[in-house]
Order: sequence, then C-alpha cells, then structure tokens
Amino acid sequence: MARTRTPVVSGWFTENAADGGGFRLLGTRCSACTAVFFPREDAYCRNPRCPGGGELAEVPLSPRGRVWSYTDGRYRPPAPYVSDPAEPWEPYTLLAVELEAEGMVVLGQGAPGVEVADLAVGTEVEVVGGVLGEDAETTWVTWQFKPVGGAG
Amino acid sequence: MSADVAVLGAGMHPWGKWGRSFVEYGRTAARAALADAGLDWTDVGSIVGADTVRSGYPGYVAGATFARALGWQGARVTSVYAACASGAQAIGAARAQILAGLADVVLVVGADAAPKGFFAPAGGERPDDPDWLRFRVLGATNPAYFALYARRRMAVHGDTLEDFAQVKVKNAAAGRLNPHARYRKAVTAQEVAASAVVADPLRLLDICATSDGGAALVLTSMDFARSRGVADPVRIRAVSTVTPAYPRTVLDLPDIATDSTTAADPVAGSFRSSIARAAYEEAGLGPRDLSLAEVYDLSTALELEWYEDIGLCAEGEGAKLVREGATALGGRIPVNTSGGLASFGEAVPAQAIAQVCELTWQLRGTAGERQVPGARAGITANQGLFGHGSAVVAVR
Ligand SMILES: [Zn+2]
Repeated sequence: MARTRTPVVSGWFTENAADGGGFRLLGTRCSACTAVFFPREDAYCRNPRCPGGGELAEVPLSPRGRVWSYTDGRYRPPAPYVSDPAEPWEPYTLLAVELEAEGMVVLGQGAPGVEVADLAVGTEVEVVGGVLGEDAETTWVTWQFKPVGGAG
Repeated sequence: MSADVAVLGAGMHPWGKWGRSFVEYGRTAARAALADAGLDWTDVGSIVGADTVRSGYPGYVAGATFARALGWQGARVTSVYAACASGAQAIGAARAQILAGLADVVLVVGADAAPKGFFAPAGGERPDDPDWLRFRVLGATNPAYFALYARRRMAVHGDTLEDFAQVKVKNAAAGRLNPHARYRKAVTAQEVAASAVVADPLRLLDICATSDGGAALVLTSMDFARSRGVADPVRIRAVSTVTPAYPRTVLDLPDIATDSTTAADPVAGSFRSSIARAAYEEAGLGPRDLSLAEVYDLSTALELEWYEDIGLCAEGEGAKLVREGATALGGRIPVNTSGGLASFGEAVPAQAIAQVCELTWQLRGTAGERQVPGARAGITANQGLFGHGSAVVAVR
C-alpha cells in the first residue's frame, strides 16, 4: 500500500519554495518590525518593542547556516517520538544551526549519514527535506541538515 | 526597614527511588522543617506548595494536598508551578505574603516522585505545545540540550571531557558527606569516562538522574523570629524570578529555535546571568561577598556555565575554577556543597527548595563535614522550562 507523504508539522517547511529554491523552512515575518519567527507565529508579534499594526506573513528562511552545536541521541527518546520498539535503536545526529540572515538558531536532525565526526562548530550546512519515520499509512516528512558539499 | 524574611526551619525527605507517593515525601520534609523551627503545624498561617506534574491530578494542587496530609487546620493556601523553578516561585510567594503582612509563618513544601528514564511530556496529540513538539519532531530529550551546551563550550572555550568529569568528582565528594543525598559514594574521573555516552559528548555520569524527594522551609517575618528568641536567623535577602529579554539568542529547553535578531540586537549577557544579576541587585551584594553557591548542575558542563553566569569568573573561565579546586569543599568559593544534582538526582519541585535548605545549614554552621568555615552569604541559581528564572540569596 502506498503511504501518504505528510509533513510532521504542517506549515513549517515547503518542498517547493516560491523562489524556486527547493526545500526551505518557513517562518513568519512581522511587517511592522521585521522580526522573524520559527516555529511560525501567526497570531501576534513577540517583539516587545514592535510598534504594532503589522501583519505576520509567511517567509522562507535562509537555506544555509553554520553549526552552533551538535550532538546525537544514543538512546531511544520517549513518546511522542515515533520509533518501532521492535527494531534496534539507530542513533541520529542533532544539530543546532544558526541561520545566516535571521540570526536564529534552529534545531534539526542530521540527514542520513551525517555523523558527529563530520561536524564542527561553525561548519556550513544546508537545510534539506528528509523522512522522520514511517507508519502503516504515512511517510512523515521533516527538515534535516547536512554539510554543504560535504558528508551525508 | 528590612525586606528580609527569616528561615526558621529547613527539612528534607532523603532523595532516592522510594516508590511511594510524593505526598509522603512532602509531609516528612514539612514535619522535619517544623521540628527544626520549633513550631507546630497549627502555628502555620499559610502553606505554599510547589507542584509536581508527574504524580497525577493531586500533584497540580500540591499546596492543599500537603495541607490535607498534615491535617486540615484552615491555613491560607497557594500552589505554584514553574517546572524546575517551582521551588523558588514558592519561596517568592511565601516571602511576598510575609512582607505584605498577610502571614507571619509560611510553610513552603515541594516533593516529587519521578519516573524512570528520560523526562517526557504529557501524553496525547498536542502540536501547540513546544515541549510536546521537540519530542515528536526531533526526539530532543533534556540530555540532548545539555550535550549541545557542552559541545559548544568545548568548541568556544576549550573545555575538555576531563573538566566535565572533575565536576562530577567534586560533587560526588560533597554528596558522600550528605545524609539526604541519593548517591553517597566517591566517583573517579575514570568512572565518568567509562560510563555510557548518552548524548555526545556527555556520558551517563555527566547527567543528573531523576529522583524521589521532598524539601521544606519554614519562613517567618523577622519580628516573629525575634519573638521566638531567634535574634540572628538565616535571612532570605533576595528572590529573583525574572524572565528572559528579547531576543533570546541562546537555545533553551524546550525551544526548537531561538528568537531572530532581525528586529532587535541581542542584549549583552545570557538569560542565566540576568537571573543572578537581579538577585545580587536586590540583595545589595555581589559574587565577591559569597561564601558558597548552589547551582543547578543538570549536567557537569552546565555547572561550569553557571560559574560564569553567577559571576564567580569571567565567561569561558569556568573550567579553570574546577581545575584549580576553587569550587570544591575547602576551595575559595565552594559550589554545590550539598553534592548538587549530581548526588541528589532531580526531584523537580523540591530541588530549588533543597538548594535553600543547604544554604540554611551552611549559614547556621551546622552542615557537618560539608561545612564551609564562617559562611555568611550564599546564592542558589536555577532555571525552569520556558523561561522561569530562579535565584535566592540568603545571608546570616
Ligand atoms: Zn513586530
């Protein structure tokens, strides 16, 4: 049976950015103060010095950034993380990446094959689409990071 | 006019994995604190409970739950929740009531019965809760965040795994002397290095466990303390419960991202340093006046970060302090003389109260083999999920 490709959270990324840039994280930007929010903030601007009266519009985030820090998960995380308890746990890499234009640090899993040994603080990485996991009906799509032109 | 409140009593239920209800731990701690104060439960005009969220519905309303367990006597009740900062919020609420003249004697109680393994968010599909999302989308456990900070310290400040292990060695040496601690044996750097990696670069012995435990304080007005013949009690001089400043640029639990810097430049200093700064300002003293500190060592590496945040040294110099032995018992400024979370394991709503219990015993000079000679002032520091600052300054 074919599984449906479904974003693990809706509205947080696109696989076909409007600017033709492919996979991009999506945030929102306040038109009054230029603050950018990820995860997206649609109801209100959280800048305490925002003059107000702005609109929050969806905006694609920088496709690249630099590693702020990184680690891995050697043990199976608890629910609601989805993993098959019958399968042996496969550690994954977790990156905190400072996005170029927004100056914000965003967490994401490493793309398959990206290991802790491939990374250093400051490594340039790009955001790519990937699969978080699958169940009977659904392939859960998410964002991942991988070194630019490097491993993974 | 003093804004001090007196600490007349401090008490704990030992930390461990006892398999009983948090109510029992809290009641035991409360009765120990009352006995220490020489007061009866019926003397208490107000009880403040620091809530647990893991022990079922009654945990959400801990104040009344503890009051019922001690026996209804009509006291004013308050229940607070601020994750790891719940205890400091409880102390802050108690102090405000005393300074406002609403109560002379306030009992502060926190207790927890912790689950096995990683802390996990409440169940159900809750995609509007960032704490739920970080597990669902990233599998990002608490140790994953601790590991990110640790790795960054290694890259930016040159800290080593050996430095981190020394924090555990130091805290285990102090915890060995504390009858309330869960782990009471010495740990070597080799044992830390031989423990399993949980989240690179941190190992099992770099990360604090989760525990059952309870802690309580009896706080009173200075006038009440004097009327009981206690002329020179330990005093709480400051309670800092500040929130971060926008834009917050250091990733923190349970966030998936920091604030952007597109609309406002980052402010100097971290959220954690602002917690301590507010406490020092309120207390009218600074890091040089301290005899000791209790900081939230969720991981070994995080303790080094706290040294910098509470002003014991400049940014990046935390590892140097532990290498020199400055923060060990007998050092220039002992930190976590109780043994810290490394020796206790975290019992969330009790932990910030337990930190103040340790300050109380140290400032009274009754900390036994852990005693810091001539202790006059101490600070506790801690941080609750979502942006709850927590620090208490106590003096004698
Ligand atoms: Zn705005």
